[in-house]
This record gives sequence, C-alpha cells and structure tokens, in this order.
Amino acid sequence: MTSSTIDDTGVVTQRPAPLPTPRGPASAAVVAVLRERSPEGDPAGLMAKAIGQADDLLRDDDVQLAAFCLYELHYGGFRGVPDTLEWDADLLTARAIFEGAFEAELRRRAPRVDRPAPRAEDVAHALFRLTEADDGPSLSQYVARKATQEQLREFLIQRSLYTLKEADPHSWGIPRLTGRAKAALVEIQSDEYGAGRPHRMHSAIFARTMRAAGLDPSYGAYLDQVGASLYASLNTMSLFGLNRRLRGALVGHLAAFEMTSAVPNRFYGNGFRRLGFDEEATWYFDEHVEADAVHEQIAARDLAGGFVEAEPNLLGDVLFGASACLYADGLAGADLLQAFTESRSSLYRPA
Amino acid sequence: MTLKPDDEVSIVACPDGPLLVRGDVPILTPDGEPLPRRRRTVALCRCGKSTIKPYCDGTHKTIGFRTEPELPA
Repeated sequence: MTSSTIDDTGVVTQRPAPLPTPRGPASAAVVAVLRERSPEGDPAGLMAKAIGQADDLLRDDDVQLAAFCLYELHYGGFRGVPDTLEWDADLLTARAIFEGAFEAELRRRAPRVDRPAPRAEDVAHALFRLTEADDGPSLSQYVARKATQEQLREFLIQRSLYTLKEADPHSWGIPRLTGRAKAALVEIQSDEYGAGRPHRMHSAIFARTMRAAGLDPSYGAYLDQVGASLYASLNTMSLFGLNRRLRGALVGHLAAFEMTSAVPNRFYGNGFRRLGFDEEATWYFDEHVEADAVHEQIAARDLAGGFVEAEPNLLGDVLFGASACLYADGLAGADLLQAFTESRSSLYRPA
Repeated sequence: MTLKPDDEVSIVACPDGPLLVRGDVPILTPDGEPLPRRRRTVALCRCGKSTIKPYCDGTHKTIGFRTEPELPA
C-alpha cells in the first residue's frame, strides 16, 4: 500500500509513517506504547537497560530505532497513533534517557576541533578546514564507479530515512536563532523547501529518484530496512534540533552537512548516470551540486559565523556539532560502503 | 555585515571560493540569452574548474584554489 501521492505537477503529499517492527526490548516497549497506549509498559526503564547493554550505541539497532520512534512523534508522527503521545511523560522520560547517553557518546567520539577566534571569517575558515580534512573512505566514489543497480537501490532506501523529510531537523533551529544567523538559516531552508514551489522541494525531487528506481517514495516505507547507523545519523540531527540548549551544535551540524554535500552529490549523480538513469532520476543529485555550493558559503560564514558572533560562548558547541555530523554521517557511510565492498546487503531486512 | 538596507544586488567575494550573488540580476550568455537561474542566491565559479559553469560546484575545495589575501577591512 502506498501512502504518498505525487500529483501531475510533482507535488508530493506524505502521510504519517507506519510503525516499524521492533528490533529489541527498548523499541518493543516504545512501539507497544504507541500501538496499544499500554500504560503498564516501561519504555524508560527498558531504554536505560538497552543503553547499558549496547556494545556500540551508534550501531545498536534496538536503541536507535526506539529513539527514532520517540523523535518521529515530533515530526509527522505515526499512522493510527494519537497526536497527544508527542508529550507523553513516560515517552519523554525515555527520550531524555536516550539523549543523555547519546550526547555523551557523541561528545566522546567526535574528534575535537581547534577553536578559532569567535569571528565569522575565522569560524568559516575553521569549518572549511575541518570538512576538507574529512577524507574517510568514500561512499560517493564507490557509487560513482562501482555500485551495482541493486546497491543503488539500497543506497536510496538508506538515504530515504532523512531525505524524504530533508531539511526538517534543522528547521527546529529557526525560532532559536536571531539576526544574521537566522536570516542565513531561513535562506538555506527556503531553497531546501523549493522557495515557494512545492514540486521543487528537495524531498519531492528525491521522491522522483526513488520512483525512477522502482522504490516506494512513501515516508517510512523502509523503516524495517534502514540500518542502525543511519538511524543514529538522523537521531543526531533530531537531538540537536529539539533541544534549544544545543542550538550551537545544530548550527555546526548544518554547516558541516552542507559543506560535505556538493562534491559527493556530483559523484552520486555520476553513478546513477553510469547505470542508465535519466535526468529525472539524477535531478536530486544535480540540484545538490549547485544548491549546496551556495549553501555551504552561507552556512559557514553567515549561519555558523554569524551565530558565533552573536553567541560566542557557544563556539565550542558549533564545533562539536560540525564534528558530530562528520562522525555520525561518516559511520553511516562507512557501514554502507563496507557492506557494498563485501557484496552483502546493507539492509537490516530485505526490502 | 556591510549591506545597506537599500542594496538590491550584492556580490560576496568568498575567500578561496565563489562569488555569491544575491538579488535580481540577469546572468546572460555573450549573446544576451538568459542562463538558467534555479535559485534566488547563486554562486559563480571563480576557480575556473566547475563542471556547471558559470555556477560553482564546490570543485575549488578539491584543487586547493586560493584567492588573493583580502585587504584589511
């Protein structure tokens, strides 16, 4: 059953996501509360226990899926789940427990960045240096040169988790910023959302790519396929976006995200062209080459730089957010690349 | 920022990067034909290596492109 519509003009209307299949006790407890509103469940206790037992928090399917479900209540929600559960005290407690552990883990694992002077140009320079040094194994070059048709489909499935609601996590920052940084964020987000033309929204263009690859562009259609580290990458954005105290990290995250996008998207587009996809299918990647070459300049200087000049005490969080973006997205990319090079599926379950 | 409220077009010379153009200014071929303008703010290639000229595609970062030192403000 499809739950999105794409009309003749390319405007995409999404419905709330279906509930995913749990991957362990924590996600089972969260899904049980959402499905049955069962007050006797203990999502907070089971979340704490699952976190305590996780070998690698960013790759723990149960914890990351549970956290995604808690966050999704603040976005589009789930089909059949009452809107009021967004502010359910037990679920918020579970989210707080996750966030305490997850933020600590990100702060421990994301490499530290040398602090520039709290001036816009110095901050921009530091961020460009940081993102240019990010030379981990390249998923984009693999996609450009070697990926098979099936691997491209998996790549789209994994990316769809974020991309079908592209830009939403960073929009939480708009009311929390002011002046130059706020104008910069809105300028970037306006472009992400099609600048008043809904068929040009990046999430809508990506739906075309999915359709061209024979995939379901409905939001949440592949929640049972997406891997843990992809969930962790999205949860990082939601953590930063939904906590006002982490607005500096959100700013840094978006800056690093935009600054590592234009060049890889050129490679992604080349990979899809190599396997015979047409312009309709590669529009999404081509659009990002041009858009993000603009966005990265605005994000580095006006957003991150402007923010630090307004709130210099949050410089450290801007750098942390940028580093956490590179770390979490790097991990998700590395997991995909490793599966591809070992010729096995990257999906949690077959599509 | 040194933008005046009545500035209709501005061009930011981004250090080691493109020229960022804000405002309604036509971008034309030598014959006067308008080039596709897909967004309000555009980045014009300054390193000469973009694959989507006249627009920037971020290539300047991969070739170590450097602009002249900025004059002191």
